[in-house]
Amino acid sequence: MITFNRGNIPIKIKEQEIIQSTDWIKCPSCKTITYHKQLAENLQICPKCNYYFKMNAEQRLSLLVDEGTFLEINQELSSHDILGFVDSKPYKKRISDAEEKTNLKEAIITGTATIEGHPIALGIMEFEFIGGSMGVVVGEKILRLAELATSKNIPLFIVVSSGGARMQEGMFSLLQMARTSGAIGRLQQNNNLFITLLTNPTTGGVSASFAFLGDIIMAEPGATIGFAGARVIEQTTRQKLPPKFQTAEFLLDHGQLDKIVERKHIKRLMGRILSFFYRRELA
Amino acid sequence: MKNLLPFEKPIAEMENKIQEFQTESKLTGIDLSNSLDQLKKDLQVETKKIFENLNRWETVQLARHIDRPKTIDFVKQIIPDYVFFCGDRLFHEDPAIFGAMGTFEEKNLMMIGHNKGKDTKENILCNFGCANPEGYRKALRLMRLAEKFNAPIITIIDTQGANPGIIAEENGQSEAIARNLKEMFSISVPIISVVIGEGGSGGALGIGIGDKIFMMEHSIYSVISPEGCASILFRDASKAQVSAEELKLTAKDLYHYQLIDHMIAEPIGGAHRNPKEAIDTVKNQISKSLKELSLLSSESLKEARYQKFRKLASYESSQAFHG
Repeated sequence: MITFNRGNIPIKIKEQEIIQSTDWIKCPSCKTITYHKQLAENLQICPKCNYYFKMNAEQRLSLLVDEGTFLEINQELSSHDILGFVDSKPYKKRISDAEEKTNLKEAIITGTATIEGHPIALGIMEFEFIGGSMGVVVGEKILRLAELATSKNIPLFIVVSSGGARMQEGMFSLLQMARTSGAIGRLQQNNNLFITLLTNPTTGGVSASFAFLGDIIMAEPGATIGFAGARVIEQTTRQKLPPKFQTAEFLLDHGQLDKIVERKHIKRLMGRILSFFYRRELA
Repeated sequence: MKNLLPFEKPIAEMENKIQEFQTESKLTGIDLSNSLDQLKKDLQVETKKIFENLNRWETVQLARHIDRPKTIDFVKQIIPDYVFFCGDRLFHEDPAIFGAMGTFEEKNLMMIGHNKGKDTKENILCNFGCANPEGYRKALRLMRLAEKFNAPIITIIDTQGANPGIIAEENGQSEAIARNLKEMFSISVPIISVVIGEGGSGGALGIGIGDKIFMMEHSIYSVISPEGCASILFRDASKAQVSAEELKLTAKDLYHYQLIDHMIAEPIGGAHRNPKEAIDTVKNQISKSLKELSLLSSESLKEARYQKFRKLASYESSQAFHG
């Protein structure tokens, strides 16, 4: 057994596993190859060109919350195949593959934590779990999280990373857009702050529901954000898409976002925002 | 019937035969009434049989049938004295969403729906009912207006989906739909949503947060179009028929999964064979439900709406179903 650092969490891994995972990762933007450990130390950002690789939920958690403060809720909820859906793979198999790949039960982890000392309800989506898609369980976990934040009178923060609704759950999936939006509405009516961080990608039914209901909406540099797929838009309109179309920078220009935030600054910025909206009384 | 779907052909043949007999009887003066009665009876039986056994892909085609009654037909028949309103007050007028106020049972009623248009010229003008952000924002503006004057709201759903466009994205298609989903929970007058044809994805749901959700018998409601699903999940656009089966998107399916309140029966052979009767059935259902909903105070109405969606497609309720 040896120990090395991944983000801020020391992880013990058998030597054999390290050999298997000594991946050299190629940057899709500048094609530079980086050792995975170096990439992790650089918060999954290409050291050469600043391309933002996806972070998994665990890395995200260690980046954002005060160490050891995250208490997960509803972690036992897992999806099942409601419709008997089969595409290139049966949905059942897709779920079990995703569980194995991510070591999670669904495409979001939810719970409470503190960020720079401020209590918060927190949801972090996991893209590697069927594209971060929202089905019944993701919707349910967000709804319950929003209701918890409302009842505890604390702000809600969701880190979004999702391709949209989970098609394999049909209408059950579409309705999660309504359910999450309704619960967020209640939170906001209760004068609690809702903040979203849109990471690559934030699209489709997730974009068109809770992701864009944030009182404050932030995004990571270069993230793809949009409702319809770029290919679909190109085919439908038969027009050339403008440069940087559906990137965070494009959305900021068009008034759809508050801020683009570099990864290393998110936690500090969250702390500052929360200290305004949840100003503690001076002792 | 000029626009025939493949499965309607046997019906059309029988209809033609009846017409031939009638003409012949008139010309020759021979009494063919016995044969005609039998033919008409056969036609009824055959039509019923065909429409009761449609597969999901056939239902998709029927839901999109060019001759099906459209939002504008419902408005004309339910609130004949209607006045329609335009604009989101921010950017544009979107003809893909139609909104009108009128009198229904001596009271105000606001009707808002996707406008597909009735011929090619209209189709193009209103973008086949695929709305832009300004359409969703106009819808919300009119809902708030209705709320002020205590007018119940009927939303009529008939769209392939929200418009995939460059300007739509620039103007916040996501935000516009998301905002409607949230705000419709806080509207203090009754809302009834009726899917009359195609309920396509977020673009449909964007006006679909109702205290009651109805679907006409041959309508569909889906997270994605069968074609979209085919090209994304099957990576093969020709797999739309298979996708339609997998998505379980018919009114019958969704009633089975308890995701809609009621499936509104259509005349034998579909709404396009008798639009007036089809709309009357919807009108009666609306009348009945509005009476029920009018008993609730605005606070309990909103609470009931939230609780309805809290339960709808919830973790608990989905446990009952296994594919």
